[in-house]
This record gives sequence, C-alpha cells and structure tokens, in this order.
Amino acid sequence: MKLSVEGLNSYYGPAHILFDVALDVGDGEVVALLGRNGAGKSTTFRSIIGLVEQRTGRIVFEGSDVSDQPTHAIVSRGLGYVPEERRIFTDLTVDENLEVGRQPVRPGAPHWTREKLFSLFPNLGEMRGRAGGSMSGGEQQMLTIARSLMGNPSLVLLDEPSEGLAPKIVEQMVDAILTMKEAGVSMLVSEQNLHFARLICDRAYIIERGRICFSGTMRELDERPDIRDAHLAL
Amino acid sequence: MAFYVVQFLTGLASAASLFLVASGLSIIFGVTRIVNFAHGAFYMLGAYVAFTLTERFSGAIGFWGGVVAAALIVAALGVLVEMVLLRRIYHAPELFQLLATFGLTLMVEDLVVLIWGPSDLLGRRAPGFKGAVDFFGQNVPSYDLFLIGLGPVVLGALWLIFQRTRWGVLVRAATQDRDMVAALGVNQKWLFTSVFALGVFLAAVGGALQIPRDAVHHAMDLRIIVDVFVVVVIGGLGSIIGAFVAAVLVSELNAFGILIFPKISIILLFLVMAAVLIVRPWGLFGKPEVTARRTPGLTVNPWRPLSSKGRLAAVTALLLAATLPLFAGNYALTVGSEIAIFVIFAASLHFMMSVGGLASFGHAAYFGLGAYGVAFLAKMAGLPMITCLLLGPALALAGAALFGFFAVQLSGVYFAMLTLAFAQIVWSIAFQWVEVTGGDNGILGVWPEKWAASPSHFYWLAIGVAALAVAVLRNIVFSPFGYALRATRDSPRRSDAIGIDGKLIQWTAFVIAGTFAGIAGALFAYLKGSVFPDSLGISLSVDALVMVLLGGVETVSGAVVGAIVYKALSIFLVSQTDLSKLILGGVIVLVVIALPKGIVGVLETIRQRRRPRPEPPLLASRIGTAE
Repeated sequence: MKLSVEGLNSYYGPAHILFDVALDVGDGEVVALLGRNGAGKSTTFRSIIGLVEQRTGRIVFEGSDVSDQPTHAIVSRGLGYVPEERRIFTDLTVDENLEVGRQPVRPGAPHWTREKLFSLFPNLGEMRGRAGGSMSGGEQQMLTIARSLMGNPSLVLLDEPSEGLAPKIVEQMVDAILTMKEAGVSMLVSEQNLHFARLICDRAYIIERGRICFSGTMRELDERPDIRDAHLAL
Repeated sequence: MAFYVVQFLTGLASAASLFLVASGLSIIFGVTRIVNFAHGAFYMLGAYVAFTLTERFSGAIGFWGGVVAAALIVAALGVLVEMVLLRRIYHAPELFQLLATFGLTLMVEDLVVLIWGPSDLLGRRAPGFKGAVDFFGQNVPSYDLFLIGLGPVVLGALWLIFQRTRWGVLVRAATQDRDMVAALGVNQKWLFTSVFALGVFLAAVGGALQIPRDAVHHAMDLRIIVDVFVVVVIGGLGSIIGAFVAAVLVSELNAFGILIFPKISIILLFLVMAAVLIVRPWGLFGKPEVTARRTPGLTVNPWRPLSSKGRLAAVTALLLAATLPLFAGNYALTVGSEIAIFVIFAASLHFMMSVGGLASFGHAAYFGLGAYGVAFLAKMAGLPMITCLLLGPALALAGAALFGFFAVQLSGVYFAMLTLAFAQIVWSIAFQWVEVTGGDNGILGVWPEKWAASPSHFYWLAIGVAALAVAVLRNIVFSPFGYALRATRDSPRRSDAIGIDGKLIQWTAFVIAGTFAGIAGALFAYLKGSVFPDSLGISLSVDALVMVLLGGVETVSGAVVGAIVYKALSIFLVSQTDLSKLILGGVIVLVVIALPKGIVGVLETIRQRRRPRPEPPLLASRIGTAE
C-alpha cells in the first residue's frame, strides 16, 4: 500500500470538518476523491500533508507513520501535493518555480528532469524565462504539476486538476496524468468532474460533509446512479 | 559649488551603512514577515564588537578581519535569537514580534553599557583609507569614497545571491508563499534561520564600518532604526533596490537638510516621506500588499458592555481607590496619580489598537504633545490650570489629526513603523528647537494651582479624570461608531461593502485616541511640574504597548489592569536597580512568549472554562462554509 489514511479528523478552530476519513491508495494506482464543493476534499489533502495542523488519525505513507511529521518532512519522503489554488510563485520564472520543487533522486520513484517535464508539458518548455504570474490558468496548472514532479514523488495528491480549464487543456491534462501513471506515479485526484475522473482513475471514494460515503471501482460507481445523483452535482 | 559636491559625497557615504542595515531588515521581513526592531541593536553590537577586535588586533588584517569577524559573531548571536525566541512567535500577531524584538533592544542597550561602559568610544581609522582626497580645495575622506563604492558592490552581490543561487530562489519563493515552499519539501526552519543570519550580518557590517567615521555609543541603535524605518517605508519593505535608492535619498536629505533647516532638518525627511506615502503607500519599489489575512483572534469571547454587577464592581473599585489619601503618605499618592495618568494613556492606546486594530508604536507623541500643550499655555500665555487642562490636549488632537491622516492610509507593520517615525520626528523637534521647547532642558515650573496642589487633591483629580476617560472610551466601543470601527478592523472589505468609510472611521479613532493620550500628558505635566522630550520618546510609546499587551489585547478594558500592574512594577524596579532596561526588556520578552493573552485575557479564559457555555449557533454555519 502506498498511502493509507485511517480515522482522520480535522478541525478549523472550533469547527469539526473531517469525520473519521479512511482511504487507501495502492502502488501505481490512480484513485479519485469525488465530492461537491465544500465536501472536504481539499481539507483531506491538506490534512494528509500536515498543512491543517489540528488533526488526529493515522497517516501511513510507504509503511511509515507520518502523522506527527511536519509538512516538509512528509513531502520530502516523496508525497507530492498540487494545491487547488495552484499557488505558483508569481514573481519567479518557470525555471525558478521548478527549482523550488527540486528534490534529490529517490530510489523506487520515477526520476523527472526538466527535459522530461518539458516533453510532458511542451508549453512550459517554450516559456522557461517567463514569470509565473503572467501565465494563463492552464499553463499555471501544468507548471504546478511539473513543480511537484521535480520532487520525484512516488505519490501525488492532485487537487481538482481540471477545475476552470478549457476543454482542450483538460484533454492535455488527461494525457499528462496517464503518462505520469505509466511512469509509475501513484495519484489521489480530487474531482467534481466525473467524466474527467472516469478517464484517469481506477477507483473512487465519494466524500460528503466530511465523511466518506462510498468506496469502489469506477465501474461499481457507474452501476449506482442513485449514489452518483445523491452526492455528486452533475 | 565644490562644497555642495562634497556634501553630496558625504551623504552618499552615510547611505552605505544605512543601506546595509535597511536591506537586512527588508530581507528578514520579506521571508519571516517579522519587522525586526532589534536590527538597530545588532547594528550597534556590530560596531561595539568591531571596536574591541580592531583595538586588540593591529594592522590592515586586524582591522578588516576584525570588521568581518565582528559581523560573523553578531550574526551567530542573531541565529541564537532566531532559534530561541523568534521561532516561538512566527505565528503570533505582528505586534508581538515587533514588541519581542523591541524587548531585545532594551536588553542589549543595558548589556552594552555593562560591557563597554557608558562613554563614547572612538575607533581606529581604517588602514589604507586614513587620508583625504583633495577635491577643488575641499577635503573628502578617502574612507568615504570607499563606502560610496561599497554600497553598489553589496547591492550587486545581494542581487547575484537572490537571482543566481538555489538558496536565493527558495528565499524569493518563501517571500511570496511560505506554506507552499514547505509543501514542496523545503524545511522552512533553516531557511528562516539563514535569512535571519544574513540580515543580521548585513546590519552588523553596517555598524562595524561606522567606527572610523563616528563614535560608538549606546544610543546608536535607536538613531539608526528610525532612519531605517523611514528608508524601508519610502523604498518599500522587501525590496532591496528600494532600500538602496531610499537610503541614498534619506542620507542626502539629511546631508542637505542641515544646510536648509539647521535646527529641524528632520522636517524635510517628513515631507518627503509624506509625499511618497500619498503617491505610493507601499513605497517606491514595494508592491501593494495583498489584503493581509487577519490573524485569528486569540480569544473567542465576544465583547459585551458591563453587566450591572460589573458596573457595581467598577464603582466599588474606584471608591476604594479614592480612600487611598486617608491612609497613604505623599509618595504613595504621587505614585498613585502617575498610575492613574498611565491608565488613561494605556486606555487610549488600547482603544486605537484593540478596538481599531491600529497598533501604534508612537503613541507617546500625543501624550507628549498634550504635556507640551499645557506647558506652552501655562508658561507663555499664563492661562489658569483648568483652561490649560482643557486646551492643552488640543495640541495632541492637532498632531493626531495631521499624522493620523497619513498613518491610516497604511496598515499592519507599515502603520506601526510610520507612527514610530512620526513620534520620533516630534521628539526631534522638541529636542532640537531649543528656543521654543527648551530642548533637553525642557520646560520647568508647570505647577498646579492651589486647589489641586496637595498630593491628595491631585490624586483625586487624576483618578477622577481616569475613571471618566475609561468610561467614555468604553461607551464609544459599544456605540454605533465603535461597531463601525470594529467592523473595519475585522473585515475592511466587507465593512466597505456596507457603506462604512473605513479610513475616515480609523482616522477619527486615531484622533480620539491621540486626544485622550494628550489628556494624560496634560495631567502628567502638572504632576511633574515640568515637561521634557522624554514624554515623546520611544520608550514611553513602548511602555504603553506593554501595558496593553500585559492587560490583554483582546479584552475591553484589560489596559486598565495592565497599566496598574506595569507602572507599579516599573516604578518599583527603577527604585531598586540600575539595570531597569535589561529587566524590562526581559519582562517584555517573557510576556510575549508566556502571556500572549495578557492578565485579563487569562482570567477571562479561566472564567469561560468554568462556566458551561451553550454551543454558539455560529458554529454550524462555519462548518457549512469551510472546506
């Protein structure tokens, strides 16, 4: 098992957000975390890598318990995080953004170089000296994924990678994610867009009001239109 | 003509040190978001340590090696401070960080006197730069030329470090988004520590390089920090180029201001700063701040007007205080009057800071203006005491109206720095304009009239005015104006959207707070019978901040308790020890670390915990919106 989360509870101040969230991601697997706006997808991701400090539960990554470790230690073990808001360093160039993400080569995880990333996202290769702030939304989304891959992660948490992108860019994103999967990167992808998830994911969890309310393969989900209609806005 | 060129070169030479210190402050702020008040103290330590090393070791190697070694030693000290103190308070509100580093500054000032003695030290000339260059019949010290060359070299070196090294890229990334840098696997702790070390190193080099030009003394920290604040406000916090340009600008203004207004050269600086702030509030090279996320409150206790029980308790406490003359001697009554005056002063700052969210680091300016107002009226116009007490604070009101207008254009640390700079300007005027203010000798003989002259009468007057002032301020808190002010504090944009003119509200609050501070100052003038520039000084401003923090920022009337405890303690300390700054600084640092909620805040929390409280209905809606 690549990542296993058990009994995760998170809080913002006095507000209880996540309730006993449990999920697994296997080696090389791409798993979807589906749910509406505000269901708790981003909080789940932020809790896993320790950006939400008020949390309890067990987070096991590649066999070791990382629940008590600070964010940078969790990430530098090879657990990449691509935030929904993208959070590009707007004053830094594309090259410099990638430099911030660079980490040593990790045994057992695919090794990414700038050249490989530029062939994965050709647009980026053409604007290496451009400031992050002057890029389009789609380009920023590619840069934020490439930046995380510079850390040679074995698992990436992708928070709503298709959000707000033009259909054409979404297609490119699907290709890129499938290439990453082929290379051996496991992924946990949060999505509201079921069609997008269907193209890239093996399994899915549905989260609603901070609770996991469905777990199964994409096919099992397709066989349960009731669940889909109840928990996912289409 | 040659004279002006030489004056210009002297200005450029002074700019070098100023740039080093200001760029260090800017770099540290960029990443850690801490305005390091202790930066002036590190500059001073750099000078003192370099003095000792260059005296001990002779020759060119001794001198230049001494300068570098001094900077390294001070940088190591900075690392220690960062690891032991600052790491604990990175997530605290900005104010606490400014205050903690101010506490450090106080401690360093006393330590420096303990180690090197109180008198000025004259350092050695720099080997190789002892002579002067003849320039159309005017002499320019060759050391000045060296400094003029050094500034751009350092600027270039910093540029290379930040543009061309991985460390520099990480620092620039962290300047924009610290959490994201951590989420990419970078350990921020060491990044912060190394940035702090570099910043302190620059400050210490700046100090060490001053020894051939200036005497080393124990007040050089405050002198430079005010200039540095002006530099970063003009240049833009976080911008190194801005620090360079503004350092040159400020140094030239100082150099030529002396020719134009020999007595009050600082006026020129003020005018330029005001002009820059009107055109670009974020400085020449700075960037407009993204609407800062408000630091979440330490307590969630909503403010309420006093219950009838609470009112009864307050009146009882006042009556008890009024019985003091029945059993206490004159000394105790004088101390009591002073405490009452500081209750007014602290309450006025609390009003601006807690209710208005405007943390002023120069509130003493209005206290002092009130005191000088009374002194002018009583000594020059010979008006009766009541008239003086009523009209004297008008000077504070006018000052607050003028400075407040500029200050409320800014927020957060910029606001704090600007208010500090204003206060320092007022102080300089009082200090330098000897004909009017008497300068350092102050204005003497401001005695109360017969009806208030006895210690007990004056004490009753003081606590009466204090009670009235606190009551009025409390009433304003719970008035529609108070609600508007608190709304602006909590969410400027939302209150804007419901039609509240935030700047006007804040300006009004600034003027109200300044006027009440002026009332305290007016009473203080009569209590002491004299007025000195100290009444406008930084240490008095910080006293007020500590009183508010000690009482509890997020309480309605914590300042009253804070003022009583702090003033009593400091009067006691000063009577017991010569190292009052060292102890006071230590107390400030401890309060920031151990008692962030203040005395009243802690009491309230304990009371809240004892009482089972119903689930606030607000909570459910928060869950709905938070993801």
